[in-house]
Amino acid sequence: MAEMSGAKALLESLKREKVNVVFGIPGGANLPIYDALIDSGIRHILCRHEQSAAHMADGFARASGMAGVCFATSGPGTTNLVTGIANAQMDSSPVVAITGQVATSFIGKDAFQETDTMGITTPITKYNFQPRNANEIPIVVKKAFYIATTGRPGPVVIDIPKDVQNQEAEIDFPKKVDIRGYKPNGEPEMEGVKNGAKLLADADRPMILAGGGIKASQAHQSLQRLAEFLNAPVATTFMGKGCIPEDHPLSLGIVGMHGTPEANTLILEADVLLAIGVRLSDRTTGNIDEFCSNAKIIHADIDAAEVGKNRIADVSIIGDANKTLNKLAASVVRKVQKGKKDEWVKRAEQLKNEREISESGDTAFAPRLILKTLRKLLPRNTIVTTEVGQNQMWAGLFFKSYLPRTFISSGGLGTMGFGFPASLGAKIAKPSVPVVDIAGDGSFMMTENSLGTSVVEKIPVTVVVLNNSMLGMPAQWQRFFYNRRYSAVDLKRIPDLVKLASSYGAQGVRVSSVEELEHAVKTALKSDVTTVIDVPISPEEDVLPMVSPGNGLSSTMGVT
Amino acid sequence: MERSFIISAIVEHKPGVLHKIANMFSRRGFNIDSLSVGETVGPDLARMTITIKGDEATAQQVIKQLAKLIDVINVGTLDPDRTVQRELALIKLKIGKPEDRSMIMDYTNIFRGRIIDVSTDSVVVEITGTPDKMNAFISLSASFGILEIARTGITALSRGMGSIQIENKSEGIW
Repeated sequence: MAEMSGAKALLESLKREKVNVVFGIPGGANLPIYDALIDSGIRHILCRHEQSAAHMADGFARASGMAGVCFATSGPGTTNLVTGIANAQMDSSPVVAITGQVATSFIGKDAFQETDTMGITTPITKYNFQPRNANEIPIVVKKAFYIATTGRPGPVVIDIPKDVQNQEAEIDFPKKVDIRGYKPNGEPEMEGVKNGAKLLADADRPMILAGGGIKASQAHQSLQRLAEFLNAPVATTFMGKGCIPEDHPLSLGIVGMHGTPEANTLILEADVLLAIGVRLSDRTTGNIDEFCSNAKIIHADIDAAEVGKNRIADVSIIGDANKTLNKLAASVVRKVQKGKKDEWVKRAEQLKNEREISESGDTAFAPRLILKTLRKLLPRNTIVTTEVGQNQMWAGLFFKSYLPRTFISSGGLGTMGFGFPASLGAKIAKPSVPVVDIAGDGSFMMTENSLGTSVVEKIPVTVVVLNNSMLGMPAQWQRFFYNRRYSAVDLKRIPDLVKLASSYGAQGVRVSSVEELEHAVKTALKSDVTTVIDVPISPEEDVLPMVSPGNGLSSTMGVT
Repeated sequence: MERSFIISAIVEHKPGVLHKIANMFSRRGFNIDSLSVGETVGPDLARMTITIKGDEATAQQVIKQLAKLIDVINVGTLDPDRTVQRELALIKLKIGKPEDRSMIMDYTNIFRGRIIDVSTDSVVVEITGTPDKMNAFISLSASFGILEIARTGITALSRGMGSIQIENKSEGIW
């Protein structure tokens, strides 16, 4: 017990949750928090827009596995955060957002910079709190971190009225937390495991679809072990990219709208699919009625509500991915069916080889070659973030990911402007690892002002902008589905990115060949300041292959 | 096959909880037929009785999404065959002719209701029972002229010893 202000209690509570960095912007309703911040010893990263603060916290969380924290003031500060919070919710990322609110006596009076934070954030958070007394703050913070980081992770908002921040109270810091309506356990029930194991053992063509849940539960090794044991090829969702090294013989890459031909082909041929840590979203399954319609699906997820939401599962297993994989591995009785399975794996290898051969002759300095070159240049442990749109899907297809938590992208919400601030958050989480944002010009321009943050706070990352002066993905859809009638996709003139970078005190370079790219990347990786590499590309480039929306995965366009 | 489901939930009795629950329904496109809320055993707990129409899969999703909410301590569907359910309605009827009053009293007695307010040209009838009974009384009394109706929505409990416990929220929900 000690007497202190609510703001001081907040900072002290954050330290007890091992928070050493927060991302944010001060304003009228969170000034007491910012005053207490000075003496807290917690590093503060001053952002240029609250959306970027939330994305930085998100990038930090995804790179580190710990909760990322952001601060914003009431009203517009909070509404600016909303995109970032929704992004974290869709991708199950543990972000704790702490917002200032007008004083309790003003709540509901439409006071200056008042907004209904609890109302706005309810649908886009795992939970939200509004403590009305300073002495509630420590337990609220404890609960917020517990909720954000356990079970299926997700964002939590703590909305603190200004008078509560200022209020002096006797503060007690709890060591434990108990929420009677929230008991994440994660232990899968044996019945589902046994049934699943039996299906897998009896399968002729078993396959695994692995998603973001593998990353959240650190189940990479267990996944690889089970896949090798079953001799089952592994496709991933976009969120699961890299949860098995993409150069592993059993890895098929991403499945879905912009999936690899081998993943999209084989998943429809499998007779048993273990879908684990996935929610079977529309971008992954294509037309759900045509998705594995003849296969048995074992759907395993920690969130019971995901199982049966989009597709009925033949076997459902509710539990933590790592525990589930280990229990499955322990329960699968290997059957003597080696011959059949060998054929199945050979087919997977053959499809993979065919694609790799077809792509090997690239000479044009176009996205596929650019991304494959980047992969060769960057160390295996490089953390890559992406923007959203064509750049993201090219990265998904052509930039292989090898290690856990090294591919960070806005999968569910598809938030343009995510990649660059997320890369800064990731760099703070892993300062010794190179961090590269694979960007498009349209997306990068949405949060490009974070260059200010990167320079001032000395967070050096590399941004590779695939620059076509277009909103490339809508342009591609207009080419494919609207008879090339372009509507509002040509940005016509974007700033000179080299000059833009240098005006912030970062460095910029433009490249137009593999050699120039190699030189630029090598220089950037050694630099102690952020580098923007401007890579002009043709506005006519498409992301292929592609399954057009509403179709099944079998109708893939542009397979070469 | 579409049918009615009665969902019973024990929830935290504190500000904002109703919003979180109602928000889940609207955001996911589930319709609420009726909703009744009140304090239950212990002042910090409330019991919500929610009726919905839909198929089995929809009902399952509603239950899972409710269970996922942190303020929902436990939730389940009630088996209609093993459940007692009641609704209360207050119905204000017009007295057009002097003989209406005695007819309304007769009907009210048959339906085991009560007349709880009388004025020179109107009466308020209280009816308790199943929704079917409510509807029967309402259509019967329509000829007098219905001035107002207030219905509570269904509230329900399972028969016998079975109960929705607060201790054992199905684990592994998240």
